[in-house]
Parts: sequence; structure tokens; C-alpha cells
Amino acid sequence: MATRIDLAQLQELLEGGGQLVEVLPAAEYTDEHLPGAINLPLKQLDATTAARLDPARPVIVYCWDGL
Amino acid sequence: MSPRAACRLELLGFAQVYDYVAGKADWLAHGLPTEGEQAQVPRAKDVLRREMVTALPGEPVGGVAVRVARSPFGFALVVANDGTLLGRLRKAVLDADPSARAEQVMEAGPSTVRPDRPLGELAERLRRRGLHTAIVTAPDGKLLGVVQRADMEARLASQP
Repeated sequence: MATRIDLAQLQELLEGGGQLVEVLPAAEYTDEHLPGAINLPLKQLDATTAARLDPARPVIVYCWDGL
Repeated sequence: MSPRAACRLELLGFAQVYDYVAGKADWLAHGLPTEGEQAQVPRAKDVLRREMVTALPGEPVGGVAVRVARSPFGFALVVANDGTLLGRLRKAVLDADPSARAEQVMEAGPSTVRPDRPLGELAERLRRRGLHTAIVTAPDGKLLGVVQRADMEARLASQP
């Protein structure tokens, strides 16, 4: 199970080279997203789209508020 | 949504997956920068004044009144040692018994807004209610500062 993190932990992971992924639909990502985040919408998340990520580095996912 | 995405990534073989559960709402509410088409919308954080007069709960209000008199503000905010907002000291109580402790005479639990609140909406809300200032806090209740309606209106007027 993925580790749940708060804002301070997120910032530490990003400083250490973590990859930030917004999993909301593309329109919401286009409106506004966290700096440096890429968009992998949950509905399109599969082995092909996830190939954009480096499996050797931490991956941090987020949506609007976890729901 | 993010817990499901995290689970999906683990099933796809990713071993270091983290879920920032509080998400974009939390990031914005802390007044942190963003990217995207809506990122330039002016928000409360853009006119935030951090140089507030604050007081600790056990502090006599006489000394607080002196600091307020030297400031551009007509009130002080009572905060805990960790910065959590507890209350507001209005001018009337600051001018009353100088030996009263802040926590005894403060207005507890004043209304607050988040730093990501769009300025246009917030300025209109304050105007309708005849208010000139709003207190800004982070999601964890820590005081960030205040915003003033005049600053908001000036910022909005300068928008292209």
C-alpha cells in the first residue's frame, strides 16, 4: 500500500528527485497544477502511460483532495 | 482518486509510490505557487500582509494596545506558541482594562479565509458585508496574515 504523505513530506520527496503526478482529468490539470507535475489521468493510467515515469525514483500522486 | 491511482501504479510494478492525499486543495490553501491557465488568477496570497500585531493568550492587553497603536491596524490577533490562531482583540477591549489577559477578552474563533481564495470573489464578499479586512490562515489553523479590501481592489484594478 502506498505511503500517505503530508505537505512537508511531499516537499522533501520533491527535493530528493520525486516525480509528481496529477491523476485528475486533463482539463483540470490544464487549469492548474502543482509545479513540475505531469498528468496521468486515472482513467488512462496503464503500463503504456506509466512508461513516462522512472521506476527507480519515487512517484507521488495527487488529485484534488484524495477522494 | 489518488489512492486508486497509487494502488494502480503499485500493481504496475512501481515500488516507491506515495500519495499526497490532501492534494491540490491543500497545496493551494497553503498559498503555494501553481502552473496552468488559471495559475495567474489573483488570490488572497498575492496581497497578504504578514506584519500583523499578534499576542500570546496570557499576555496583558496593555502592551498589545501599544503595539497596535504603532501599527496600521486597529486590532491584534491572539495566537498560540505554534502560531495557531485563537482569537481577535478589537480596539474596544484594547482600550479597556490594560491588565486583562488576551485570552480573557479576545473574540474567540474569528472567521478566516484561505490564501488561495480568488481576490474578486473575496473583495465582493467583504464589500457586501461592509468589512475591510479578512484574516488568512493555513488549513492547519496557523495564522498567515491579513488581507485588506483596499489592497484587493487596487490589485484587481491593475489587472489587464
